[in-house]
Amino acid sequence: MSYKFDFEFLAERWPDFVAGAWLTIQLTVASIALGFLVGTVCALARVYGGPVLRRIVGVYVEAIRNTPLLIQIFIVYFGLSSLGLKLSAEVSAIVALTVNMGAYTTEIMRAGIQSIQRTQLEAADCLGLTRLQTILHVVLLPAMERVYPALSSQFVLLMLASSITSQISAEELTATANLVQSDTYRSFEVYVIVAVVYLALSALYRFALWAIGLVLFERRRRLGTPL
Amino acid sequence: MIQLSSTHILYLIEAARWTVLLSLIAFAGGALVGLPLALMRVSRSKLLRGLASVYIQIVQGTPLLIVLFLSYFGLGILGYKLDPLVAAGISFTIYAAAFLGEIWRGCIEAVPKTQWEASDCLGLNPVQQYAYVILPQAVRIATPPTVGFMVQIVKNTSLASVIGFVELARAGQIVNNSTFEPFVIFAVVGAIYFAICYPLSVASRHLERKANAGR
Repeated sequence: MSYKFDFEFLAERWPDFVAGAWLTIQLTVASIALGFLVGTVCALARVYGGPVLRRIVGVYVEAIRNTPLLIQIFIVYFGLSSLGLKLSAEVSAIVALTVNMGAYTTEIMRAGIQSIQRTQLEAADCLGLTRLQTILHVVLLPAMERVYPALSSQFVLLMLASSITSQISAEELTATANLVQSDTYRSFEVYVIVAVVYLALSALYRFALWAIGLVLFERRRRLGTPL
Repeated sequence: MIQLSSTHILYLIEAARWTVLLSLIAFAGGALVGLPLALMRVSRSKLLRGLASVYIQIVQGTPLLIVLFLSYFGLGILGYKLDPLVAAGISFTIYAAAFLGEIWRGCIEAVPKTQWEASDCLGLNPVQQYAYVILPQAVRIATPPTVGFMVQIVKNTSLASVIGFVELARAGQIVNNSTFEPFVIFAVVGAIYFAICYPLSVASRHLERKANAGR
């Protein structure tokens, strides 16, 4: 093998990578938050809603979970703009990632909500909690605590999947890599660096999610044991 | 501008065969590498466990897209011709092996410990234990999640389009470039993916219900 590795371009281009990583963080934090909201509402609709609502949510979840994210991104960015709704690449990316995240969150949260026993709801009724209070304190938080590991992995997977938005020229980390490699012809080196940055980001997200879990779930903080 | 016609739809369906082929390659490669990985993860040797764990952590912490670019350009560095099918095959094997290895590890660990003890008492050696007692039971536990993961593989083959491999997603882009009706075309492409993936999803759920029927 006569190939010589050359990382010299880093001296000049590292701010590009930082900017790309920062946009990746912004895009994914926004879509995780929005997608979690969408998914939680859909999960509640799927468990407690009427038959029509349940059916609609079911179709949404199956349609998204059985088609590639790449195609979903193309439909939002190219498809919607051909119908007259022009969104920027970044907004399209957030919309597509949110819709995608929402479908997966629906399934995960549904499992959590269904694991809450009836007696808990009856007890909440007896204590005179309002419907909203019951849903927030008796259903959602414990449900989320039960499925928190699955949720966390899904969030990290979404962060990694956000690399696909580079295909519609949202200038996040992967798109930055594509740009730098076409300028420097150091393709392999560029992607090695970006792979390392993604690994670091995964570790960062895992740590952040663990910390959020500690803040959110008292039992975990006090006893150190999951539900 | 060319009108969208049935020829285009036929072209897309033909391209879907490459998606299916690529999925099969990915699954076969992933299974071939994933099984040893799963066995390493449950091995008694700390070194083997550690190596498999590091591999899985790295692959699961990197986007598949980057793995694809690395194998595509990595092949170039090693002096081989940049063949998208080879690069895609290698990447999907790397990717599927990490996930299947982790899924199957869980399934092997889910076989009750008493089965190990009983087969020990019968004087089976470790190879016999795996072949006759543990793995047959693990396969039953592993079938539903494995079929479920095949859906992920099929969907992720769409990423091979970025290194120029003409499968369903790339074919959709090509048709779009000549007809420029992205909404309809990508909806059709999505529908074809759905037609491949949905039966797998249903099968996975069905198998899972059947497996839990006795419990």
